[in-house]
Amino acid sequence: MRAVRHIAVNVFRESVRDKVLYSLVLFAVLLIATSYLLGQLTAGQDIKIIKDLGLASISVFGLLIAVFIGIGLVWKEVERRSIYSLLAKPISRAEFVLGKYAGLVLTLLVNIGVMTIAFYAVLVYLGWREIPEVREAWPAPAADPAMLGAIGLIAIELMLVTAIALFFSTFSSPFLSAVLTLGLWVVGHFNADLRDFEAVVESRPAVWLARTLYYVLPNFSAFDIKAQVVHAQPVGVGYLAQTAIYGLVYIALVLVGAAVVFSRRDFK
Amino acid sequence: MNAIRIEALTKRYNVGFWRPRPYLALDGLTLQVAAGEVFGFLGPNGSGKTTTLKLLMQLIFPTSGSAEILGRPAGDAAVKRRIGYLPEHPYFYDYLTAEELLAYFAGLFGYAAAERRRRASALLDEVGIGAERRFPLRKFSKGMLQRVGIAQALINDPDVVFFDEPMSGLDPLGRREIRNLILRLRDRGCTVFFSSHVLSDAEALCSRVAILAGGRLIAGGPLSELLAFQVRGWELLMSGLDAAVLERFRSGPAITGATPLGGGRFALELPLGIPPERTLAELVAEGAQLVSLTPIRDTLEDVFVERVAAAARSRRLEHPQP
Ligand SMILES: Nc1ncnc2c1ncn2[C@@H]1O[C@H](COP(=O)(O)OP(=O)(O)OP(=O)(O)O)[C@@H](O)[C@H]1O
Ligand SMILES: [Mg+2]
Repeated sequence: MRAVRHIAVNVFRESVRDKVLYSLVLFAVLLIATSYLLGQLTAGQDIKIIKDLGLASISVFGLLIAVFIGIGLVWKEVERRSIYSLLAKPISRAEFVLGKYAGLVLTLLVNIGVMTIAFYAVLVYLGWREIPEVREAWPAPAADPAMLGAIGLIAIELMLVTAIALFFSTFSSPFLSAVLTLGLWVVGHFNADLRDFEAVVESRPAVWLARTLYYVLPNFSAFDIKAQVVHAQPVGVGYLAQTAIYGLVYIALVLVGAAVVFSRRDFK
Repeated sequence: MNAIRIEALTKRYNVGFWRPRPYLALDGLTLQVAAGEVFGFLGPNGSGKTTTLKLLMQLIFPTSGSAEILGRPAGDAAVKRRIGYLPEHPYFYDYLTAEELLAYFAGLFGYAAAERRRRASALLDEVGIGAERRFPLRKFSKGMLQRVGIAQALINDPDVVFFDEPMSGLDPLGRREIRNLILRLRDRGCTVFFSSHVLSDAEALCSRVAILAGGRLIAGGPLSELLAFQVRGWELLMSGLDAAVLERFRSGPAITGATPLGGGRFALELPLGIPPERTLAELVAEGAQLVSLTPIRDTLEDVFVERVAAAARSRRLEHPQP
């Protein structure tokens, strides 16, 4: 466990010293900060647009960060052979994979945290600037705490994306890992359609295949409750918990897979 | 006790993409290294030295055979606590400084923060990294990285160290420092297993060597045995030798060659068959003075070249080319 923590801290240190990551986060924060300009353009003072835009920014830039850090880290270590001296130390390959993952998640969460703070700062400012009559008309307050639920699920979704990227990077190049991870992300967003496949197709095997894929592939659309919170529709705590558990179990399985693959390979 | 026991260790790679053909990088290597020994692992390029070390570190897995370090299977967690490894052409995280890297590695052994810093700075002193230790490693030269690589291999006071070409990339001074370091390790009771192309280093440091060629062990044993029967004669340096006396000896069997050295000194070549003491006594009786007497023996390089060439010949006989 100590080894895992140690490796994780080092991964975090690596990402803190990486300029690309800074520019991504900076760009996201800038985008969120300037989104209030949009609110001024649409004179209807529709705060929903700003909420929409903010949550989408967190989700998209989070995805970029998750994929960007997830695909390269393990591969780079193997490719540059820095892993040779590391693995001669008293750590197992599984601990190495877990440590890398923990460090990536730490990096990811700090980044999401920064973006969230920027987002809420903009919302609080807009709410304070608005005249009370308009504010009354909003379905939810500007700095609506319910949005934290949406951001929480985004965070878990991105943790899953990171785990998947890490899994691919234990045996393939960053480019291939990025393609596979993003591919899975896209497929995973349309996953729910697979469940109701029999409504569209007659053939039994096709329905079976669709069903299997539905259960095997990650169901990313489940994590997306942005529309509900923006339109102030209630999302049950039960749903949040259930989805979070689904995400965490999936992450655990992917990490076990990554550790197994990584433990067996030769470093050439 | 054996520090290292390697039993019929074999690594086969499949090379070629469309029609993979097996290629034996290491072919049934059997080897023991006693505790406290400095062991030289020699062989031409591509002979399987790095492959062996990577197998011992479990960076790659053997096709067959086994390896034990300190009585336990290689890769065992308890073993890893007690060994150090310098990879070939070491490379480390370029965003860390040398100090941070060593402290990081020390942390993996569970040392407390103060102890980590102490070990890091002591080892960097030992391998001759000065103020540069605060630079990120991406600014390090090849030889400096090599020194950091040696330092990190010693972070846990290991009982057995594995060095893959420790002298590679080092300047003459650095090589001497590392030679002395290896001798200090030996004096501390540490077993040192190192691969090298610098045969003079192996000759100066090792008690035993193994020579590998084409993935197979072709020679091995105590250096004294490998080189002893290769004594070819003696070199005798004399001064004050009378030209006529020299002429007389030259015509006999006792002196096979003479080279004038200036200052009235001669280098004389004595054959193996006649005890050098006798010739020396006779020359001294003629009024000459002894400067030095040294055996002319094959160097490890001679043995190496001869054995490797012989192994290549026998391989050609086994697998004649069409
Ligand atoms: N991943 C691999 N795939 C195929 N062949 C390999 C692989 N790694 C090594 N080899 C082959 O195994 C043989 C032994 O290589 P190795 O690196 O052990 O040699 P070496 O003795 O360390 O050589 P050098 O003195 O040049 O460092 C070489 O012929 C090499 O081509
Ligand atoms: Mg080598």
